[in-house]
Amino acid sequence: MSSPEVATATSPTEPTAVPATPAAAEVAPRKEKNRGLWSDAWYELRRKPLFVISAILITIFVLMAAFPQLFSSVDPTVQDLHKSLEKPDFGAWFKFGEQGQFGYNVLGQDIYARVIYGARASIVVGVFAVLGNMLLGGFFGIVSGYLGGWTDTLLARFGDIFLGLPFVLGALVILSTFASVQSDPSAFRITSLVILTFIVLGWPSFARIMRASVLSTKQLDYVHAAQALGARPGRIVFRHVLPNAMAPMVVVGTITLGAYIGAEATLSFLGVGLRPPVVSWGIMIGESRNFMEPAPYIMAFPAAFLVVAVLSFVMLGDAVRDALDPKLR
Amino acid sequence: MGRYALRRLLQAIPVFIGTTFLIWFLVWGLPGDPFAGRCGEKKCPEAYVTYMTEKFNLDEPLPVQYLMYLKNLITGNFGQTFNGTEIGELLAQAFPISMKLALVAVVAEALIGITAGVLTGLRRGSFIDNLVLVSTLVLIAVPIFVIGLVARYALGLSSVSPDAPFVELIIPGIILASGSMAYITRLTRVNLVENRRADYVRTAVAKGLTPSRVTGVHLLRNSMIPVVTWLGLDLGALMGGAIVTEGIFNIRGIGGLLFGAINRRESGVVVSIVAILVLVYLVVNLLVDLLYGVLDPRIRYE
Amino acid sequence: MTDIKVNTAPVLGTDGKAGQHLLEVENLHVEFRTRDGVAKVINGVSYHVDAGETLAVLGESGSGKSVTAQTIMGILDTPPGFVTGGAIRFRGKDLLTMPKDERRLVRGEGISMVFQDALSALNPVFTVGFQIAELFRKRRGMSRADGRKRAIELLDQVKIPAAATRINDYPHQFSGGMRQRVMIAMSLALDPEILIADEPTTALDVTVQAQIMDLLAEIRRERNMGMILITHDLGVVADVADRIAVMYAGRIVEQADVHSLYAKPCHPYTMALLDSLPRLDLKGQELNTIKGLPPNLLRIPSGCAFHPRCRMARDICSAERPALIQLGDRASACHFAEELVGRE
Repeated sequence: MSSPEVATATSPTEPTAVPATPAAAEVAPRKEKNRGLWSDAWYELRRKPLFVISAILITIFVLMAAFPQLFSSVDPTVQDLHKSLEKPDFGAWFKFGEQGQFGYNVLGQDIYARVIYGARASIVVGVFAVLGNMLLGGFFGIVSGYLGGWTDTLLARFGDIFLGLPFVLGALVILSTFASVQSDPSAFRITSLVILTFIVLGWPSFARIMRASVLSTKQLDYVHAAQALGARPGRIVFRHVLPNAMAPMVVVGTITLGAYIGAEATLSFLGVGLRPPVVSWGIMIGESRNFMEPAPYIMAFPAAFLVVAVLSFVMLGDAVRDALDPKLR
Repeated sequence: MGRYALRRLLQAIPVFIGTTFLIWFLVWGLPGDPFAGRCGEKKCPEAYVTYMTEKFNLDEPLPVQYLMYLKNLITGNFGQTFNGTEIGELLAQAFPISMKLALVAVVAEALIGITAGVLTGLRRGSFIDNLVLVSTLVLIAVPIFVIGLVARYALGLSSVSPDAPFVELIIPGIILASGSMAYITRLTRVNLVENRRADYVRTAVAKGLTPSRVTGVHLLRNSMIPVVTWLGLDLGALMGGAIVTEGIFNIRGIGGLLFGAINRRESGVVVSIVAILVLVYLVVNLLVDLLYGVLDPRIRYE
Repeated sequence: MTDIKVNTAPVLGTDGKAGQHLLEVENLHVEFRTRDGVAKVINGVSYHVDAGETLAVLGESGSGKSVTAQTIMGILDTPPGFVTGGAIRFRGKDLLTMPKDERRLVRGEGISMVFQDALSALNPVFTVGFQIAELFRKRRGMSRADGRKRAIELLDQVKIPAAATRINDYPHQFSGGMRQRVMIAMSLALDPEILIADEPTTALDVTVQAQIMDLLAEIRRERNMGMILITHDLGVVADVADRIAVMYAGRIVEQADVHSLYAKPCHPYTMALLDSLPRLDLKGQELNTIKGLPPNLLRIPSGCAFHPRCRMARDICSAERPALIQLGDRASACHFAEELVGRE
């Protein structure tokens, strides 16, 4: 882990600085010496328009997922075949309680309502899959980093097996095994299955990050000191290892969340991920495929929401990484 | 180099066994009827069940089953679809088309990605740099199936002809490569920026070499090492993307085969093909690992 | 073939006419523009070197000795580094105003450089043979085979055993000392007239340091080159250098031939440096260290930059910056230089 203190202390004035007089490197005085990694990053982030925009967008998506009623009063599953393929009603935009803002699909369902309700599937899958990854991967990472030796080797090889599966292909096998068409899974079951699939395939990456953090933290002098003073492993993990591992975990977690939303949509589009009655952007885009010519808006609106959602998380992760890793500035 | 190659090979064996075991277990090893829901909406035909039972030794104890499965996989016996076509035959027909598409995609991502990465890496902070950075973000964020559908609609493209000539594969290939292209751009840029201030680059300048040689030989050669490694890992994403791209453009490659099988809900065919693709992925990654050793002597003599 | 003209030539470049010496740095100013402000790294440095002599540039890290060398070589990182004034004349021509291509040809052929850390200065992914032969191929238009032959000869000259086979090895396969020899061989490839050695032994074990210094001295003598030896280690300097320039906070504070400087340092900073050397005859006593920290280049102290750490400091030292004044064949930038030179 690089902290900004370390990085800025390497002075640019003497590229071949000799370690004999380290204080000579003090060319750039730090304005506020004791600002920590996180508050430093926060200070940096608030000034970044990309961060602010993506943070606002993510807040909106989370609200949408938690309280879709705030955005639309229409039931997304109600079908009205009279309205099949009706065009978007732009006059209804910005008027709450209206419907048909984004038009209707072939079954006469309100696309606007479906797009709003679709946020839930994406956010739920993304958030729970990433949390699961962090917990499972984090746990195994700590175990292998802390114990080392055979446990470490064994866990690493075990993780390699899952990393050896390309993501979409692995998900295809797992999902088509556990959710074949006859089983007709409930919304809860299929959603949790997708989440579990993502965790099974994703945990080794998070374990690697955690393991690396544990190893580098173990080398620190004050951790040696704590160990010598008889601190228990649990305390060392919570006091020293976890805080150190948080930064990379958060960055990778955020970017992965965006990637998972995209992956969920791809799998749902293919027909092996989420499926009706769940409302999902991926399913909506899949359904639109045969109506591109007469009704491109059936695809356009869910696709736009999907892209903006993925982009927000990727952008946020990117901005946070840049803020936490001053080397790349 | 020999020792490095040997070590890599030995390391690959447990991964290979583990991954194939995992797939075999999911497909055939789970308790319950392995044929439930494998053949689309209907029940599997009797002939198919008997054939597969015999072919994959489903009457034998599980460990024997796995070993026979491995043997079949390695010797190219992939089984049949439920209406009696050899999967191996289907693959043989589809393979050349997928290779063509993959070639277009890899050339596109390497060519465009590295060029953009070098341009932005050398002009850090410029307008071009920021423009390319934002575009890569967008490319990374937009799932391939969205790009494919939009491109198909916006450019008014029709399906690719059955024999898939190169010209018709250019646009699908670029779409397939779009995400990876963005990653390569970013990776190249970051490495270039990092290595630009490296001591050995300074040495190259001090040797009085021309700027183009300093950048083109000393800087680029070092910056390309992670990019090449990444190309190998990215093959997995390319395979996933190929299912979508070939599906959308009706390309009759392996991805198109999978896309069709998924749509017809023939999970038996899906898992058989996926198993083979995973094998290819593992082999290619092993090769890339070895190539890594060639490119970076420090690794080789570790 | 020793041709040392220590005491005959005027010590300072400032009072000499342009083009008088092989290499002249004149009133050089360099600053680093960082996010935290402008650091004045070099503030009017002048020195010169002729064929056959060794000038040692001595100073702590941050004194600007390496930046001066980088500016001479034209490998200053810009940004953040900017040359804001002065001239660097090689054979009478100013390198700073020369067209880029012409200046490129001076590198390696006119002036070449040995870097401190050969492990990072050599390209890790090419064999040492390739990296040396590259000079012959690209700068002399030789074929691959000829370049290789010449590279082996060079490795032989710097006393690398089994040069013909080692030429196919990569930098990380050499020991630290051998690697520095490779670096030296590379810097000699185009027969430069001036060799800049930037802390050539700092990264090495003590036992190897002497061997590398001997090698450099021997090569300098054989080829009658001019050499600029940059170091923070007074011990290294004594045997090899003809003249010494001591730098502090981007200025030369004292300049003299090596014997006079050791016998009677005439600047408090040099005196303190000499005092801080461990001495065998004073075993058991505490080492003298220089109090305080090297100056922050963003806020260089007023007057004499050394005054906050100086034992002799008076009021005038913080008020007025002492000029580098000529005292016979030596020079010192101290308000009390004349008293110091006159002392017994």
